[in-house]
Amino acid sequence: MTALLFENARLIDPEAGTVTTGWLHVRDGVIAATGTGPTELGQGETVIDCNGKYLAPGIVDIGVKVCEPGERHKESYRSAGLAAAAGGVTTMVTRPDTTPATDTPETLEFVRRRANEAAPVNVLPMAALTKGREGREMTEIGFLMDAGAVAFTDCDHVVRDTKVFARALTYARSCGALVIAHPQEPGLSAGAAATSGKFASLRGLPAVSPMAERMGLDRDVALIEMTGARYHADQITTARALPALERAKKNGFDITAGVSIHHLTLNELDVADYRTFFKVKPPLRSEDDRMAVVEAVGSGLIDIISSMHTPQDEESKRLPFEEAASGAVALETLLPAAMRLYHAGQLDLPQLFRAMALNPAKRLGLPSGRITAGAPADLVLFDPDVPFILDRSTLLSKSKNTPFDGQRMQGRVLATYVAGQSVYERSSHA
Amino acid sequence: MRPNYPRTRATETLLARPPLPSYKAETGTGEHTHMSFAHRHLLGIEPLSPSDIQSILDLADTYVDLNRQPTKHSDALAGLTQINMFFEASTRTQASFELAGKRLGADVMNMAMQASSLKKGETLIDTALTLNAMHPDLLVVRHPHSGAVDLLAQKVNCAVLNAGDGRHEHPTQALLDALTIRRKKGRLHRLNIAICGDIAHSRVARSNILLLGKMESRIRLIGPPTLMPAQIAEFGVEVYDDMAEGLKDVDVVMMLRLQKERMDGGFIPSEREYFYRYGLDAEKLANAKDDAIVMHPGPMNRGVEIDGEIADDINRSVIQEQVEMGVAVRMAAMDLLAHNLRAARAGDAA
Repeated sequence: MTALLFENARLIDPEAGTVTTGWLHVRDGVIAATGTGPTELGQGETVIDCNGKYLAPGIVDIGVKVCEPGERHKESYRSAGLAAAAGGVTTMVTRPDTTPATDTPETLEFVRRRANEAAPVNVLPMAALTKGREGREMTEIGFLMDAGAVAFTDCDHVVRDTKVFARALTYARSCGALVIAHPQEPGLSAGAAATSGKFASLRGLPAVSPMAERMGLDRDVALIEMTGARYHADQITTARALPALERAKKNGFDITAGVSIHHLTLNELDVADYRTFFKVKPPLRSEDDRMAVVEAVGSGLIDIISSMHTPQDEESKRLPFEEAASGAVALETLLPAAMRLYHAGQLDLPQLFRAMALNPAKRLGLPSGRITAGAPADLVLFDPDVPFILDRSTLLSKSKNTPFDGQRMQGRVLATYVAGQSVYERSSHA
Repeated sequence: MRPNYPRTRATETLLARPPLPSYKAETGTGEHTHMSFAHRHLLGIEPLSPSDIQSILDLADTYVDLNRQPTKHSDALAGLTQINMFFEASTRTQASFELAGKRLGADVMNMAMQASSLKKGETLIDTALTLNAMHPDLLVVRHPHSGAVDLLAQKVNCAVLNAGDGRHEHPTQALLDALTIRRKKGRLHRLNIAICGDIAHSRVARSNILLLGKMESRIRLIGPPTLMPAQIAEFGVEVYDDMAEGLKDVDVVMMLRLQKERMDGGFIPSEREYFYRYGLDAEKLANAKDDAIVMHPGPMNRGVEIDGEIADDINRSVIQEQVEMGVAVRMAAMDLLAHNLRAARAGDAA
């Protein structure tokens, strides 16, 4: 294993909430020591001069869709892995909403094998909570955990039958499994393509009240109280759901919540003239909701920011808005988009990496996401100030459905390391 | 504190107030200039300025005169090909566009799309590419999904007219309604206009709200709250759920069609309760001004949203005139777009 010394780096420590200029030693794929002031070059160490750029723990991204098995033309483990490396994502936690769903140990085995041979970054698969994500029978949670499933989720399918969900939560608790749910009242959100409000009324789009999210969360919180399950809400995107989340946390339930980068940086008006690359699930919200959710990330009420990377090909997006597929690719734009929040003065860098690296790692019981001695040397070196205009054709994902196409961004990944190995290096450090 | 989150250009446009209308050329002057209408497509009322609207209406007035002549023909669209593409069944609107095109000398073709290629999995974009190869000049599109006509317009190289997309817009209907009102009331500003019924699912209502708002009339929306779009009051309209109160002293009563599939108890309890509370009858109409006119975009459900006697009352109902104005307005819109299309093509060739 190589030994590395990162010098002259601004180290972002999300645990301590600090940014300090200093150095970081890597030995055998693990962070050996960090510090400020002078340090000695260890034996056989390669020096990497960071030129005062920022070194942070690599992003742990919960909820990445890689379209294997089923739709490899949209995204493979190879393409997703390269995109993740280019985006500073060192661990992809992949979704089971594949075709077929990843709901058996055999399918999970296939996913792990593909991931290991093709992706340069860590891949941790999640499995479906119910068979076929149909909300009727629970999957083999025990076997799937033995096969390496780190969490259980039906993704954007809500388990409508409360009894089925309650039993799955109870059984998952007995296995110590984490359940990730999509809080949404499915009756209200059926058929919706936008958030109800002035914009949806103007555009004549079928819309869902933001209240549907709170109703979904309220139900799930009651079930957590009933079952004692470990629960994570994949995306909390509305102001009205926040007090319910806060109460559940205060009551001591084992609950965390996430939000996608799109709901933090875009609002419903960005859809403008029916731009389908802005169609995500749940739909983009009002500016007031966006601001409330950004604030909740700052306070720690919302724990995790993820990309919700969802590749879609041109055919599924080049349709009238109501018919177009939902989702956006985001592995490569997660960090530059997050820098918008930093440059706007809304979240500082330790806060961002707490939500993008430390908290997701903690929630999954991983040693990564930290920049302290003993943690894996999963690192991202980046410059938050580099301006550029995003050209979607340059993305490494097979699918190019990004809402940020043509937009001005600021902040770029310079290099990414997984267990001390370089998996990405930007050709010119500019 | 609101930090400086970058707003997109689209955001600014949506938040911007509509421009103040000009009161010039309120009625037809007899002189028509194509210069003031600079649009490539007619996709909705939203992008039009008050003077754009005046231009279309002024030109439409002359076509009303033409249509009343024994020989109703012009060569404004001679040599041009008009394709009517209806992804949703329509008899009246399609016939109106067809007649308008033929009276102006265009070669008109109708394509009924609802059964054909969409079921075979062809995307709208493929359809557009196929169309481009046929070199149409004017494309009239109706589609069941909001925004579909915009999408098509981005991909074809001819002028596109929206003949209704989902719940979004139906611009020629709003224009023909405006022409009818202007001819009956002599103006479009400072009128009290009530739009009644199923606002939520109505593209006619959206286009009319936008148009009449731009022309500075006062708009009241009347209907059960289950059929009102979210936050509609923010469009600068007054919302009522009581007909008698809402119709008080209005100059114009616009009724909307209640779709059969909305009558099943999902949005309203029953047809008969709807007629009792929201159907237009003589008693409710008595709250409006004595000279108030009654409009309906058709086809009507007599005994559901409108009493048959009111619909047939030649002193109040202008429903037949609306159909007549429809042909004239569509002739005017296609004439203006064809003019711009020819100018653009001449510019490209030069």
